Amino acid sequence: MDGIKVEGTTKRFGDFVALDDVSIEVPEGSLTALLGPSGSGKSTLLRLIAGLETPDSGRVMLEGNDVSSVTVQDRGVGFVFQHYAAFKHMTVRDNIAFALKIRKAPRDVIKQRVKELMKLVQLQGMAHRYPSQLSGGQRQRMALARALAVEPKVLLLDEPFGALDATVRKDLRRWLRRLHDEVHVTTIFVTHDQEEAMDIAQQIVVMNKGRVEQTGSPTDLYEHPSSEFVMSFVGEANRLGEAFVRPHDLDLSLQPNDGAERARIERVTHLGFEVRVELAMPDDGRMWAQVTRAEAGELKLEEGQAVYVRPNRQKTFNGDEPKTEEMRAA
Amino acid sequence: MLAKYGLRVFALGYLGLLLFIPVAMMFYRVFQEGIGNAWASITSPEGVHAFWLTIEVVAIAVPLNTIFGVVCAVVLVRQRFWGRGLINSVIDLPFAISPVVIGLSLVLVYGIHGWFGGALNDAGIQIIFSTPGIVLATIFVSLPFVVREVVPVLQEIGDEQEQAARTLGASAWQTFWRVTLPAIRWGVVYGVVLATARALGEFGAVSVVAGRISGKTETLPLFVQKEFETFDVAGAYAAAVLLALIALATLFAMSRLNRRQEEN
Repeated sequence: MDGIKVEGTTKRFGDFVALDDVSIEVPEGSLTALLGPSGSGKSTLLRLIAGLETPDSGRVMLEGNDVSSVTVQDRGVGFVFQHYAAFKHMTVRDNIAFALKIRKAPRDVIKQRVKELMKLVQLQGMAHRYPSQLSGGQRQRMALARALAVEPKVLLLDEPFGALDATVRKDLRRWLRRLHDEVHVTTIFVTHDQEEAMDIAQQIVVMNKGRVEQTGSPTDLYEHPSSEFVMSFVGEANRLGEAFVRPHDLDLSLQPNDGAERARIERVTHLGFEVRVELAMPDDGRMWAQVTRAEAGELKLEEGQAVYVRPNRQKTFNGDEPKTEEMRAA
Repeated sequence: MLAKYGLRVFALGYLGLLLFIPVAMMFYRVFQEGIGNAWASITSPEGVHAFWLTIEVVAIAVPLNTIFGVVCAVVLVRQRFWGRGLINSVIDLPFAISPVVIGLSLVLVYGIHGWFGGALNDAGIQIIFSTPGIVLATIFVSLPFVVREVVPVLQEIGDEQEQAARTLGASAWQTFWRVTLPAIRWGVVYGVVLATARALGEFGAVSVVAGRISGKTETLPLFVQKEFETFDVAGAYAAAVLLALIALATLFAMSRLNRRQEEN
């Protein structure tokens, strides 16, 4: 296979094990997310693929070649940093042209390519600005164009939208997905935001404590999480004794029925179409249910009110076998 | 209100009394004594020699310290190794030690009865009471300026830009020239200006190693002192003004150079 392959890599920083025997495979031309909490090793793995870190053991393959001993300089990857790493003393044009100038490309080739890239990242007319004169989103798009200038084999993005505000983030997300449809370069991006990963990626690698927890498509991870960690990290989950329940898999009713527990409504939050109902359980536990606006209106849910809660679908992770139970209302 | 003006008056008064008035007086006296006198004094053979010797010493010491300072700052900030803390403190020694003591220590090592002064002398190389000694003393006293100006700038910019350059295919050398150096250039410029000012004006250490042979090992500050001691006050002031003008010219040249680099 021709994309990116990492085999059995381990990386320690002093006593801290950042990566513990990690292997991943990224198909050529795909858009893959490395998802995990901070300290899970996702950034280290990305930097290792780029050659910015050297593994203690294991190897990295790009397009079928072992590049473990190839330096960053010669690895030919495009890398985008969280804080842009813009060359502050250079204009937008010179930033984008950097890799081409290093490779001594002819002037007219550079000019043509920079023009194309500026169009691709929608920075037309900003050639002579300095990074300090750009917004965060523009800077990141410039950094992306800079990384794409010499048509890298793979594109690696380290929390690319982490330093941006929520609206710009959402715009750039969609834009990145469209861009990927256009350029088709094998892309890995690191994020700690599961919504972001679900939104853009075709494949998600969930990481935790230096290990890969699960790899799969967004739907796959959401529907068939292989561990408690994935269940609660990808999408929301309530804990119900040994079992886990998604907030939209909870049925609320005003009458007691089979297997339903009585709970008190602590808070009702209206988020447009979705309504969040926070519940205090008899055993002092907390849960929250996600219902539609129509359902909430029908039941006339109010704070302080008593409701009966029953899961219609729950998951358990006893031992290695995750199990899904479907419970239809009688 | 009162406190605000009080602080301002204090700051300006302090500067005026201790800095501005003495320097202005110096310029004033040169013109009062007559330009002719002053001109005659600094165009005397000793004066001309002192001028060129000073320029020569500065032209050797400052570039060497600039290269050393930038390399040293990069090593201190970007690398982790045993003994880093030690280097970091040793660099400040020239600030801590009195220049006269620096001069004496150089005599102890390079003087005819010093550690390798004898051997060097046998090989026909004279350090003390000669130009190499003056250069050594000047390098010693002006050593920390570039390092101390560049280190905080390097820390401030971080190494992400350098990493980005590497992923874009730049070698370590290309990364330094195209990314690191342009990013730290203001620090370098400021360090060079300070080092030049110090190198131009150094008296104590140079005075010990130079032996003050008029027309041979006499730099401009030594010339000023001699003129003053021999009651040629006009000459002393004239040479002092000359020193100040060289320093100003350096400052001007460096900022011009920097501006041109920025435009490219």
